[in-house]
Amino acid sequence: MAATVRTSFRQSQAAPRKGLVTGLGRPAGLVVAIAVLAAVALAGLVLGSRHLPASSVFDALLRFDPADEAQTVIRSLRLPRTAIGLLTGLALGLAGAVMQGVSRNPLAEPGILGVNAGAALAVLTGVQFFGVTTLLGYVWFAFFGAGVAVVVVYLISSIGRDGATPVKLALAGTAVTALLASFTTLVQLLDVRTMDAYRAWSTGSLAGRGADIAAQVWPFVAVGAVLALVSGRVLNTLALGDDVARSLGENVTRARIVCGVAVMILAGAATAAAGPIVFIGLTVPHIARAIVGPDYRWILPYSAVLAPVLLLAADVVGRLVAAPAELQVGIVTALLGAPVFIALVRRKNLASL
Amino acid sequence: MTTYDVLLHVSRTRARVAGRKRAVTIGLALAALLAFCLSLSVGDFTISLLRVLPAAFGSGERGEVFVIQSLRLPRALLAVLVGAAFGMSGAVFQSLARNPLASPDVLGITAGGSLAAVMGLTLLGLSGLPLSLAATIGALLTAALIYGFAYRRGLSSYRLVLIGIGVGAVATALTQFFWTRAHTHDAASAALWLSGSLNGRGWENIEPVVLMLLVLIPVTLALGKQLNVLELGDDSATAVGVPVQRARLLLLVAGVALAGAGIGAAGPVAFVAFVSAPVARRLARSPGPALLLAALTGSVLVCVADLVGRTALASTEVSVGIITGIAGAPYLLWLLATTNSSGQGD
Repeated sequence: MAATVRTSFRQSQAAPRKGLVTGLGRPAGLVVAIAVLAAVALAGLVLGSRHLPASSVFDALLRFDPADEAQTVIRSLRLPRTAIGLLTGLALGLAGAVMQGVSRNPLAEPGILGVNAGAALAVLTGVQFFGVTTLLGYVWFAFFGAGVAVVVVYLISSIGRDGATPVKLALAGTAVTALLASFTTLVQLLDVRTMDAYRAWSTGSLAGRGADIAAQVWPFVAVGAVLALVSGRVLNTLALGDDVARSLGENVTRARIVCGVAVMILAGAATAAAGPIVFIGLTVPHIARAIVGPDYRWILPYSAVLAPVLLLAADVVGRLVAAPAELQVGIVTALLGAPVFIALVRRKNLASL
Repeated sequence: MTTYDVLLHVSRTRARVAGRKRAVTIGLALAALLAFCLSLSVGDFTISLLRVLPAAFGSGERGEVFVIQSLRLPRALLAVLVGAAFGMSGAVFQSLARNPLASPDVLGITAGGSLAAVMGLTLLGLSGLPLSLAATIGALLTAALIYGFAYRRGLSSYRLVLIGIGVGAVATALTQFFWTRAHTHDAASAALWLSGSLNGRGWENIEPVVLMLLVLIPVTLALGKQLNVLELGDDSATAVGVPVQRARLLLLVAGVALAGAGIGAAGPVAFVAFVSAPVARRLARSPGPALLLAALTGSVLVCVADLVGRTALASTEVSVGIITGIAGAPYLLWLLATTNSSGQGD
């Protein structure tokens, strides 16, 4: 059974695939993507449950007048929210791409490899046993939990013969997720008040996240992003298989550790900032791959730009469809991401990396 | 070695494997019976194992008969039935997709059932039989959706797993949505349901799952013979005359309905579907699907886990799903640590 999975990787590598754009199209496409990102970010500032004129957005950014209520809304609510969306999206996109590359597993995603579950359990532990009540308090617990989960999953799948193969990584992730989720449920059932505090956080959301959270999270995202972006060449080598990578002089273990650290920082910071958000880390690298082909030196920057586009767009949609209430962004990314993902899966060569 | 010696060796090996399988089957059945009797015996006050079976049939001290007949018997029966349903369902899925990840939990079918249940619970205030039916229908609809999306000139197991994960993520997100919107009281019952729980189950919860399993288990066992052939690959299966697509569809429906019956009765009990078949295969040391063994393994697991959950913490009853999650995961992790590169354990 697992053998089938592995053969499908090999077959896919036998036939080289091209993306939609090649050559100079790739940097040009990246510029277009960045422009789209800027447009979506601006739309996020303008659109919302209260419609504000675009002019006051520019005023708030360039010549801020604290007396103007619209500008205050933008400065104090929408700007930090957009900033967190940018940071979270970038982190999740890069984390997903690195995870898929390093594990050679098209299903690899923070959610599947246990990061969300680790963060969730840590947050809940903070609420129940350490009396944490503020979002700023959650951040550190979530970060810690996510990091521990990644390390545990990786260590467990590297014990034994052959080290961390794709199948073992995915299985270890599933097992650790289930284990952590059980403890999470156990803590939740102990106390209704804890459950209430937790369920507000448990659906990924950008609402009510202030500038202080963005300020705490961005250094982590920056470090993780640098680590991820420089590992493109290594991921290309790892894609050829461990044996080939070794014969090309790559230190496979060290490469995996570096990538693992990047994933831990990125996914942990994202989950800490916005709660568990599904599908961005899974879907975006596949979209990037469809555009630029299998070269990770391009997949990574494209993922870094496209993921916040998707996340911010989802946040805006969530604010508009349910106004004056709003849908949490985690739900919208699932609803928007799923059709894209399913369409990609049905095009036959998605499953391969 | 002459040809005769080789043939003799092969037939002896076959006989040994079949013999071991039979022995393991009997052993597991006895283990399930023992776990069942222990569930009847242990609780807030313990009733001697020797008096348990008579009391179940109505003879003995009146208080004990009451406790056993109306409180512990339905719950223990439910544990055995739910375990069998999940175990067999997981075995069907995993060997159908030839992928250890393809249990109904991973494929999103459990998530779909849970979504329907949480919607029914928080929006319509359903409970009991209607709630069970809602979960089963949700699982079936989700499976139909996954099948529809994944079908493209035949089914590839890989596409099935991917689409399943996608659909499952949506179902989980929507479940979260309804859960976060619910009143605290409803949210608490929904959380209990989602944890996979037999708490407070009585005779009224037994009937639907019994009726479903009376049909589903024999049908699945009969279809299981084709599963053996399907495992050889589509070409070989077609060559020996198995209508591959139809067999696969029927098995899929049977597997989903089994999972639906389990979710309907107890919620998504973690890990039982995922872990029963690998455990059973390891015990029997035989490759290929072992549906009956997986069902028995599931029964033992759920029964013992429910027993532990009831007695572990004095103050509160812990859901069976939490215990199976906590106990099942380390087993799988240990399996992974001692396994080969494909992560299969055998």
